[in-house]
Parts: sequence; C-alpha cells; structure tokens
Amino acid sequence: MSVRIAIAQCAPALGAVKRNIDMHEKWIARARSAGARLVIFPELSLTGYYLKDLAADVACAADDPQLAPIADASRDIDISAGFVERSADAKLHIAQGHWSAGKLVHVHRKVYLPTYGIFDDGRYFGPGDRFETYTWAGGTTGVAICEDLWHVSTPYLYAAAGATIVLAPSASPGRGVAEGGDLGTAESCRLMDRFYASYLTVYVVYVNRVGHEDGIAFWGGSEIVAPDGTVAARAPEFDEDLLIGEIDPELVARERARNPLLRDEREDIVLRNIAGRLGLPFDRRD
Amino acid sequence: MLVLFIRDETAKARLQRAVVGVSGGVDSAVTVALATEALGPEKVLGLFTPYRVSSAESRDHAYQLSRMFGFALEEVPITEQVDAYFRVRKEKVDKVRIGNKMARERKSIEYDRSWPDGIVLGTSNKTELLLGYGTQFGDMASGINPVGDLYKTQLRELALSIGIPEAIVRKPPTAELWEGQTDEDELGFTYADADLILYHMVDRRLRPAELIEHGFDAQLVTRIRELVRRNHYKRVMPLIAKLSLRTVGHDFLYPRDWEAD
Repeated sequence: MSVRIAIAQCAPALGAVKRNIDMHEKWIARARSAGARLVIFPELSLTGYYLKDLAADVACAADDPQLAPIADASRDIDISAGFVERSADAKLHIAQGHWSAGKLVHVHRKVYLPTYGIFDDGRYFGPGDRFETYTWAGGTTGVAICEDLWHVSTPYLYAAAGATIVLAPSASPGRGVAEGGDLGTAESCRLMDRFYASYLTVYVVYVNRVGHEDGIAFWGGSEIVAPDGTVAARAPEFDEDLLIGEIDPELVARERARNPLLRDEREDIVLRNIAGRLGLPFDRRD
Repeated sequence: MLVLFIRDETAKARLQRAVVGVSGGVDSAVTVALATEALGPEKVLGLFTPYRVSSAESRDHAYQLSRMFGFALEEVPITEQVDAYFRVRKEKVDKVRIGNKMARERKSIEYDRSWPDGIVLGTSNKTELLLGYGTQFGDMASGINPVGDLYKTQLRELALSIGIPEAIVRKPPTAELWEGQTDEDELGFTYADADLILYHMVDRRLRPAELIEHGFDAQLVTRIRELVRRNHYKRVMPLIAKLSLRTVGHDFLYPRDWEAD
C-alpha cells in the first residue's frame, strides 16, 4: 500500500510567525483534500530563513503555545514543518518538527550549519548533535535539513539505521549556471537526490522553498526521488506548488531485493576505521 | 530570475511602480525592459535626463526603448540646475566634479519621481560596481538593482536575447559626462578584457599572481585589482563609529525584508 504525501513548496514571510502559521493552515487544508497522509514544509517554514538577529525574536520551545495551531491541524494529517527551537538551556536551533495526531512526535535539529559564502547559520544558531530516525505511517524516516543532506554521512547513517525515507527540508538559494544552461544549484541538488536514492535504496523527499529574502531567490524544484533512481514527482522552479506523490514501501523492498547494497553494508568496518583513526576504543560485538 | 526579483522585492518594499533612469545605453535598456516584464509597462516610468552634452542618438535610443517596451518616458533636462550651481562657484571646477553632480542630480530626480509608491531601480552592472566606476549616491544609488551581478559582457548578451536593438548594444559605452567621453577610453582598457580578469579574480577566486601566471597582462591585473580595492568604500554602507553595546550596521543585524510579504 503506497502512502500519499504532499510537499508545500511555499514562500514564508521573514520573521512573521503568525502570518506563516495562517499560510501553513491553508497548505495543510489543500494537502488534506488531496488525500495526503503527510505534508512537508521547507526549512524554517514558520519563520523564514535569513533571520539574522530575528532568530532570537522568533525562537520558541518545541511545545510553545504559538505552535499549537500546527499540532491541532495534525489530528488527521501528519505535518513536518520548520521553526527556530529554543532549547531548555536557551540555545537556538534550526529545527524540523513532525506533528502527528495532534502531537509533536519528532524534532530534528540541523547538525551542519553552513557558515561560508552566502550562509551565516553558525553565527545565529547552535548545531544539533544527532541523527535519529523515527517511524510514521510512511515508514522509518530521517530528516536532513538542507546542508545536512550535503554531508554524505547523513543519509548514510539514516539508511544504515533502517530509514526508507530521507526527508530533506531546505532553503536553497538559486545561483550559478550548470553546463548546458540549467541553474547550477538545481543540478547539484538533483544529482545528490538521485545518487542517495539509488545507492542507499531510499526515498529522497527534497522540499525546497521559493520567494526572495534580501535579494536572494530560493529556487524551488522540490522532488520525490524513488529508490530506483526515478523522479516520482517534481515541482516547478521558482513558483509555489503543492506537489503530490506516493511513497511505495513495496518498491523499497523490490529495489533492495534487486540491489542489496544495504544488506551487505559493513558498518563494523566503517566504525573500526573511524574509531581507529580518531583513537577511540572499538569494541566489536558479534 | 531577474523578473521575479523585481516583482517580489518591489512588493516586499510595499511599492507598486518602478522608476528607471533611461540613458539610451544598454544597462538601463535591460533594466527597464525587465521592469516592464515584471510589473507591466504601465507601472514603469523611464526618465531621460539630458545635459547639454548628451547626444541626439541617446535621446533616439531612449524613445525607441519606450516605444518597444511600452513604458512612459519623461524628459527632464538637468543643464540649468547643474550649470547654475557651478556658475556661482568662483573657482575652476574639474570635469569629474561636474560629472558627479550630474549623476547625483539625475538620481535626485529619479527619487523625487518615485514618490510615493515607486522604487528606483539601479542600473550599475557588476563590472562598474567592482571597478567602482560610478558616482557614489549618484548612478550607483538605488532601491534594488537587478543587473548588479551581471558583467558588462553578460549584460550585452542578455540585452540581445531579450530584443534590445543591436545599435544600442553595440555602441561604445559612455556616461556622457563630457562630450566624446567613452568608458573604455577613460578606463584605459576594454570591458571585455576587464570582465575576463574580474571573472577569474572574483568569481573563480584566483589571486592576482595566479592570473599573471596564467598569462594575463601583469600591469592590467594590478591596475584592476587596485581599482577594486580602492573603491570598495562605494559598495558598502557608511561606517558608523562603534560606541554602545548594540550598533546599527555592526551588531544590530536585521534583514531588510523584515516581516515583508
């Protein structure tokens, strides 16, 4: 039985949380009428991305009442959305929550905070320190927020831990020109999505936003890439879109039967190699 | 992308119209054409602001663009006010000062005509911005600039691809600050040569020594690098003396599109 999901390729307003919550409710309603079991929003969808000092102004605890409308809306459809989380010890994180049946069931804190070129995440946010999978109706899932996905180890760790879906909420600025005239960023992202999906035999659900912040254009192009490397659905570039697609656990099973890379993966060798190099003890338990 | 940029950032500034100084040259031609596509020609005002040394060809080109892209073009001569200002100064005035005054006069008219619901579009290209070949708070000033990340060479190609007439694209670039002036004579090198060096220096991050190793003219590389460095002040906000614990521009850092729709 395949599971229908929806990607909300939207344009959040920068620093206007209340307005963004209203905007989310509209997209959630559309996803619900389209029969989706999950609707996924881009990175920092409730706050906007280039927040600078606004980050502290819009931050809240994961259980803050201002996020209650999202929890409420999740009674009959799962919701994955982005916000600035203020942890119990008052650190700010770029976070993606997953709400289901009226409750927050998982939070991923962005681990890799790009702080170079046009990015300044590390100035305003603290890094997350774990990659944890969780399970919902669509299967076992790991969340890779934007730069997290660019680190090969992130989807690898998720796949090794049993994920069949990698959700990648992003705020990717469009720039550069690829050979042949495509947008440079689009080419890099598509290459990445297809590579991870095919070689880790997982669904890669790439969720990018659109719109501008201070002259920078987010390019959209959200897509669902299946574990056989085919693009199951792709949204247009630069325009808002509700992208509907299916996650088919049978396809994961068929691909893994045909191509048992994960079954044969030697995590012990990976771990021994890294532990040895870092001088950490490695205890092999057979 | 540039059309969406103009449309989106104009709306985020809560403005509806665009004002563009149309000189008859290729930079403002591309800017005004993009603006008409983004906002509709009825929301775009072109301003042709001739000084007495401005050529008839420039005027023809400005009007030709207005007919082609359907935007209203207003002619506001600046000769009288610029000359009146310098007439009362009992001193010899360098032509650079007159050129700067003209550029700032034009921009003050663009800002005036943008009131109350228009945004002034910048027309400085990446080559000019990097070389600092422009007047601070004059032609370099704007609300938003759609062409500032395109080298002159790229801008010419874009111009041809969106139907700007060849005569406008191919004529020698000039600021028309005095008669017979051309940019390339004044700079002492061509845009094509400068753009190639700037592309490798800025976009590809090669150091001057590496460029020279790759066969670029050492003198030209050094000259261009010096222009980029010396004129950097024109590309940044004025410095503010840091005193308190939170200072505009230093550690009071909010995005410009703060809560903008």
